[in-house]
Amino acid sequence: MPSEKKIRVLIAKPGLDSHDRGAKVVARALRDAGMEVIYTGLRQTPEQIAETALQEDVDVIGLSILSGAHKTLFPRIMELLKEKGLNDVMVFAGGIIPEEDVSGMKKLGIREIFGPGTTTETIIEYVFDHVSK
Amino acid sequence: MTNVGELARGVLAGDRRSIARAITLAENDSAEAQKLIAAIYPHTGRAHIIGLTGPGGAGKSTLADKLVREYRKKGKTVGVVAVDPSSPFTGGAFLGDRIRMQELSTDVGVFIRSMASRNYAGGIAKATKDAVKILDAAGKDIVLVETVGAGQSEVEVIKVAQTVVVIHAPGLGDEIQAIKAGIMEIADVFVVNKADRENANKTVMDIQSILQLSSGGSWKPPVLKTVALTGDGVSELVDKLEEHRLFLEKDSENRMRLLKAKAEAELTEAIKERVLGSIMENLKKEGKLGEYLQKILKREKDPFSAAEELLKEKGLE
Repeated sequence: MPSEKKIRVLIAKPGLDSHDRGAKVVARALRDAGMEVIYTGLRQTPEQIAETALQEDVDVIGLSILSGAHKTLFPRIMELLKEKGLNDVMVFAGGIIPEEDVSGMKKLGIREIFGPGTTTETIIEYVFDHVSK
Repeated sequence: MTNVGELARGVLAGDRRSIARAITLAENDSAEAQKLIAAIYPHTGRAHIIGLTGPGGAGKSTLADKLVREYRKKGKTVGVVAVDPSSPFTGGAFLGDRIRMQELSTDVGVFIRSMASRNYAGGIAKATKDAVKILDAAGKDIVLVETVGAGQSEVEVIKVAQTVVVIHAPGLGDEIQAIKAGIMEIADVFVVNKADRENANKTVMDIQSILQLSSGGSWKPPVLKTVALTGDGVSELVDKLEEHRLFLEKDSENRMRLLKAKAEAELTEAIKERVLGSIMENLKKEGKLGEYLQKILKREKDPFSAAEELLKEKGLE
């Protein structure tokens, strides 16, 4: 009997920011929506995130960052994903990312930014609607 | 459409992307996965497959991390399959074993895959066996299988692993617990982790006394102490694992018997799946299933008689 295909999501916290309550809330919500969520903990380097995404063959990556270092870290992450051939992976981000940086991030290939106050329902719906399957 | 031939070639060449995609294929159980396994099967059988099981909180993941590092020091390549439970209600899973091993992500000699049980019983996932074969065929010297935090009946790991390590920690259960069948019987090596705790020695003695009661085979499962957080005792553990591997190799009679039993179990399961799958599909197509379900609901027939009738109709009894 075939097993149902599951959406595999990597929730990653790049950089030195140690606040992961938000990331864990999103991770749990996605799990409760039926997805398989890999959470790799704090202080991930772009190299670790990209390699994890490859080994885990994820469909989605959610990047959580509150430290303001997104303009340094996100381009590197997207570059590594491209290098590893992970072009089909849907990447979204959340945390503290100023309005004025959003379009820059989207140009890098990050599909959507979910700022503070976003409901988990919104994120869940977005993932279901936009994941490439 | 996945090109299975290409994927198989990638796996055999050790390409990480191919390994990852092959495991996904195995998880989603398409007919394609079967073709892939068929292509790589002749290249399996080289890796030392080690199962890590034991109650939740004993320190499996932390110990796994240290084990991988120790093997890497010895120049071995390692594959890790870490299984976590799927929610029976939502079907989702939180796969967090990797957290303890993340520093190893960028070591090219290590491949870590987190797997959800997808409600397969017994502590592993249905696709775990295939994932192990894939990592084996890809050339990993060691494949570690970390089971779901096990109670006493999660013993499926013995079907996958050659060496089973049962990891305990002080205070997770008293001597009586240790006697319960299942998990205590499957161990080739016992580890008491968090051995820096006060009652560690008592836990070791408890396990040793249980072992004395059982009629041994030719391998006497040792009881080792580790402190996974610091890495204490891990080097000795690796030595024991290597000792067991050599023991298995030398004891060819036993080994053959075990290999045969494993092969039979796998073949039986494969046959069961195919037969069941095709019968059920047939019954659904013909609408027979719905018909009999109604009879059962109306209590006109019990499930066993229904099954008997259905199979007789198909000429299968």
